[in-house]
Amino acid sequence: MKLPPQRGPVSAELIDLLRTFAPENDQTACDDRLVVPLESEDILFSDDLQLSLFVLYELHYRGFDEVDERWEWNPQLLALRARIEEQFERKLREIAMDVSYVPGDAQAVAQQLFTLANDDGGPSVSNFIAREATLEQAQEFLIHKSIYQLKEADPHSWAIPRLNGRGKSALMEIQFDEYGAGRPGAMHSELFALTMRGLELDAEFGAYIDRLPAITLASVNMMSLFGLHRRLRGCIAGHLAIYEMTSSIPNARYARGFRRLGFDTPVTDYFDEHVEADAVHEQIAGRDLAGGLIEYDPTIATEVFFGAQAACAVDALVGEHQLTAWRSGKSSLRTATERMPA
Amino acid sequence: MTSDGSKIVVCPQGPLIVRGEFTIEDGHGQEVPTNRTTVALCRCGSSAIKPFCDGTHKLKNFEKRS
Ligand code: FES
Ligand SMILES: [Fe+2]
Ligand SMILES: [Fe+2]
Repeated sequence: MKLPPQRGPVSAELIDLLRTFAPENDQTACDDRLVVPLESEDILFSDDLQLSLFVLYELHYRGFDEVDERWEWNPQLLALRARIEEQFERKLREIAMDVSYVPGDAQAVAQQLFTLANDDGGPSVSNFIAREATLEQAQEFLIHKSIYQLKEADPHSWAIPRLNGRGKSALMEIQFDEYGAGRPGAMHSELFALTMRGLELDAEFGAYIDRLPAITLASVNMMSLFGLHRRLRGCIAGHLAIYEMTSSIPNARYARGFRRLGFDTPVTDYFDEHVEADAVHEQIAGRDLAGGLIEYDPTIATEVFFGAQAACAVDALVGEHQLTAWRSGKSSLRTATERMPA
Repeated sequence: MTSDGSKIVVCPQGPLIVRGEFTIEDGHGQEVPTNRTTVALCRCGSSAIKPFCDGTHKLKNFEKRS
């Protein structure tokens, strides 16, 4: 993807640096530029910091057009990332609330995660899409989702070499399915691209980055944070478990909504596939992945539940942002004025 | 999972998870197509995509917790 436009002092320095310099020759350029203070009232809603974090993480996934690939492991960039991550993680721990986990076997873990998913009182974007979304709102919904769904499963794959035993087998079984079970064209990210194209949207990863609000970026940055740190492997497992557990029923509603708007296969394939797939995945993720991980190392339990609770909390904020905008007849994406260079 | 045959997990308050080697047939001997190697079969009766589970059991309380 192309480097996105900046959204404030930190992202401005970062993006300019990536665009202009080569990592090895220009150490002093980094030193001068990347000491910018990180100021934000609420990092979850900070356009500047969430965009910066997104850009820093993306260097580890697919990188950016015409940006030197060596930036990925540049010490100064890693230091900047660590400073933003520290604030971000602190905030996530704050909003996720205390973990109330009762120790037990893998089935007990699964049951407690299912209870968490059931009690998740987050705003129902899926009911809105099913019943009343307009075509434009359905497009906006896909644009928000695209920043994760076009690389669906990738953030959780970082955890593979960090797990073992039952938890690892479970993660592999889920990921194999996410990546299309070896069938070319059947990766969930590819099915999502078909859905987007069916609504005449650009399915190139990152095509709409400039239109996404900070909170949408925060939800995908959270996965990269959990995925890229071995220390947080419990969190990424909990995150995946809760994603799988809050998927089948909403996806059935999305499918209904897109059919109501006159679409059918291949647009609805992504949603139909997830109704069936995630009814399988949620069982494996709860019992074998999260449960297996905790059975192997009981000390990781609070981190698993923190990851799950943080996922619920952030996604509730994303949903709230979308519904508040749509209910007042506004766009949930960044407007042209918001996107004007500062 | 063993290398031959199949294994079924009965999920409390949930579906049957079937993995391994299996085929599913309907009452007329017609194969029920699936391209999944591990499937969840509905046990609660409420799924809209039977014989597969669609997660609806979570809204139903069809089986007491033990
Ligand atoms: S067992 Fe899941 S829908 Fe019936
Ligand atoms: Fe998926
Ligand atoms: Fe899944």
